[in-house]
Amino acid sequence: MIRVENVFKKFDAMVVLHDVSFEVGSNQLIVVLGPSGTGKTVLLKSIVGLITIDHGTITIDGMNMLTSDNGRVFEMRKQIGYVFQGAALFDSMTVFENIALPIVQHTRTPVKDIRERVKEILNIVGLQGKANLYPRSLSGGMKRLAAIGRALALDPKYIFYDEPTTGLDPLMKDRIVELIGNLKREYAKTGIVVTHDLDTARAVGDVIYMLKNGTIEKLSKIGKEHYG
Amino acid sequence: MSSGMNWNLFSFIGDFGGFLFRSIFIPWRLSKTWRMILDQIYDIGVGTLPLILVISTFTGLVSTVQTVYQIVGPMPKYILGYTVGRMVLIELGPVLTALMVSGRCASSMAAEIGTMRVTEQIDALEVMAIDPYRFLSLPRIIGTFIALPMLTIISEAVALVVSAAYAHYFLNISFSQYNYGLVHFFYVRDLFGGLAKTLVFSFVIANAGCYYGFKVQGGAREVGQAATRAVVTASIMILVLDFLVALVVFG
Repeated sequence: MIRVENVFKKFDAMVVLHDVSFEVGSNQLIVVLGPSGTGKTVLLKSIVGLITIDHGTITIDGMNMLTSDNGRVFEMRKQIGYVFQGAALFDSMTVFENIALPIVQHTRTPVKDIRERVKEILNIVGLQGKANLYPRSLSGGMKRLAAIGRALALDPKYIFYDEPTTGLDPLMKDRIVELIGNLKREYAKTGIVVTHDLDTARAVGDVIYMLKNGTIEKLSKIGKEHYG
Repeated sequence: MSSGMNWNLFSFIGDFGGFLFRSIFIPWRLSKTWRMILDQIYDIGVGTLPLILVISTFTGLVSTVQTVYQIVGPMPKYILGYTVGRMVLIELGPVLTALMVSGRCASSMAAEIGTMRVTEQIDALEVMAIDPYRFLSLPRIIGTFIALPMLTIISEAVALVVSAAYAHYFLNISFSQYNYGLVHFFYVRDLFGGLAKTLVFSFVIANAGCYYGFKVQGGAREVGQAATRAVVTASIMILVLDFLVALVVFG
């Protein structure tokens, strides 16, 4: 379970997160919806410890991400897959190497088994035959799929998606929305999706929160008025 | 203003040294790092070799011409081998090679790591629980530490061979005369003093490249600035450290 309690974050005088609290239960997919520039990415990065918050508590499976030592935080991160908005694939590595990297770095898995695992992941994300391509040869949607594949490499319990469908054509958007749903249903991945896209939020969210002006609010339904 | 500048200088030195410390004194996990170290040795060593060959050829030629110009009166011919040899081993070989590697590699490291910073690839490493210092800095620092002395030895050898050949074919100084001056007045301290410099320079070059790369915040403009700063910092520090090591070893 992920628990975010009373989180505050400001950059200089600009308050980005003001008393933000929510929970993510096991095998739950929550969506944090909000217009661009409201601090959704800051919130997501704060949860994994990439950004230090000013005040509040963030716990994952009971472990405080802010007060625990680096070793424990690094161990916890192996349980979290993170899909960046821009994919953040390593340019100098092929799709195969990108996906294999966490396995190579954190396990003593034999090469043959790594190949099998990457092949399995490529099948899940629908990138069969693309293993030897470099990120520069992939479309924006394929990069996003490869990034999801890399997030799956260590079979994490949690996956965080930062604007997974932004800037994609409708077909690719549907493909990624379907993949996120499948990962939750078939592979029991608990997740947080931050997005400004209403359709994505409706399609994947078990629970939807609205982040606006630094504060968060649970929505019972999404309406255009929330964008006001 | 003066105190502010002093503070900035000391702050920079502390930050720069802290970065080096953080990049080296981490769990090495050689089994996960050695391939990256080999890649860096190849990239720095083989990648810079053509440049070093050109530079060292002209170093040998120019130092020969300049030395002959300065030798006046009835001086023995072997003095050329002695003078050029010591110049190349102590000063020209280590410093010029380091400056060339700095120009090529420190900038490339800063640009590569800086680009990784702005495209969130370093964040991606951290989220995957991969220490970016171990993954990015350590291989580059160790790679430079190994490659730079090798490049320096090659550079010195090429410069001396070219110098001897020029003396033989254009100055009527035989190989044996040149060799006599070179070998007879050879001090092991000259060679190893020069190589000791390269080890110090290697830390400065790789650390400057990685340090400014990691510090990038912004976009393409900042990446370019980081590359420039890395080269300027490394070049100045090479010259300052050249003096300090010279004081310790030859002073």
